[in-house]
Amino acid sequence: MPKTALQFRHNGREAAIFVDGGANLLTALREEVGDQSPKFGCGQGGCGACTVLIDGEPVLSCITLAENVAGKSIETADGLKNGPELHPLQTAFMENFAAQCGYCTPGMLMAAKALLNRNPAPTRVEVVEAISGNICRCTGYEPIINAILAAAARGSERRA
Amino acid sequence: MPVVVKTFATPAEAAAALSSDRSARFIAGGTLVMRALNEGDVGISTIVRLEERALSQIRTMGARVIIGAGATLTQILRERDLAFLHAPARSIGGPAVRTMATVGGNLFAPSPYGDLTVALLALDATVSVMSGYGARDMALEEFLAGRDRAAGAIVLSVSCDRPPNPGSFRYRKVARVKPKGVSVLSIAASVPAVGGRVSGARIAYGAMAPTAIRAKAAERALEGRTLDEAGVAAAVAAAAEGTSPPTDAIASAWYRREVVGVHLRRLLLGRDG
Repeated sequence: MPKTALQFRHNGREAAIFVDGGANLLTALREEVGDQSPKFGCGQGGCGACTVLIDGEPVLSCITLAENVAGKSIETADGLKNGPELHPLQTAFMENFAAQCGYCTPGMLMAAKALLNRNPAPTRVEVVEAISGNICRCTGYEPIINAILAAAARGSERRA
Repeated sequence: MPVVVKTFATPAEAAAALSSDRSARFIAGGTLVMRALNEGDVGISTIVRLEERALSQIRTMGARVIIGAGATLTQILRERDLAFLHAPARSIGGPAVRTMATVGGNLFAPSPYGDLTVALLALDATVSVMSGYGARDMALEEFLAGRDRAAGAIVLSVSCDRPPNPGSFRYRKVARVKPKGVSVLSIAASVPAVGGRVSGARIAYGAMAPTAIRAKAAERALEGRTLDEAGVAAAVAAAAEGTSPPTDAIASAWYRREVVGVHLRRLLLGRDG
């Protein structure tokens, strides 16, 4: 079966790949683009480990038809850093011990980024809602919630 | 296994492609179809899609709201005119699921999913469907009754009247995990009152049958009553009548029948918890 050519922006760079019919975005990113930051967890949209942003909105890449992203802009956890400098969310995750095994972390980071893009000063309840589709089996969530709130607080200090 | 992806500009073309191929499935947000493909569903050999943003408009005409089948749950949550649907929309998934999941797709979500459909059923929504014979409107209840036998049709839009006042439409979803999880059951109730008495009650359940269903016995028992302890007692007693809940990983059929009345009572009395 012929493959389909697909072009989109990946963390600010042009990506051009070939995908199988019906391929999902997660497979396309990991195997064709070579970005291993989004993780395969359940393959059903139930765990959030594969969360990426399409045009700034969070989606589950494992249940996104790859062809749907033609011409769009994809952001993944791999694109958060700026050279050697970590994104404020990544720094906050480190300082608050928000990662243990780390498997959920890329998805958590992108879910958090989607929240802070639209709502730079979220309440705790809003943070909980923002990561309600992301499962973590290590931390008990509290350190992750604290990290996101800390990143938001640091962001508002910078703006002040 | 790779499948053939066919993209069309119009619903009529997509409907024609669907009706000519029994192994073709229509894909919108992907939360149902991609999941099936990832699980290795070999019954799907072709997926049919519409060009982007087709059918995603939300329009209001007076009290009537018309929601394109391709509108997402996130779109609903950003629409002030659809405030009455915010509670059911927010009760589904996390933000990423809501960015993807569409109103049309929710009509096909198998039990115990499909909570938005429960709300739409209580609101007496109309579904506009395109098939090889053209477009036609049907009541959501009729649509759901034939849903699993229907082939080669595409949902264009869902429409309903806005509730006359915020208190006349209520919704609750019962899940085992906070802040949210899959439904043990969900209930939506449209209970407009005339002179303090319920007139034209419509109550719908999710996860109490293979599709969202109306609780007709409870509706009849509520007619002409007041929304207080004594007034709702008969409806609560009849709450499980006519239901055929599933036993699944979330709850047993027995448990769902036992608790549906408890939650109906709390919903009608406006109590939390």
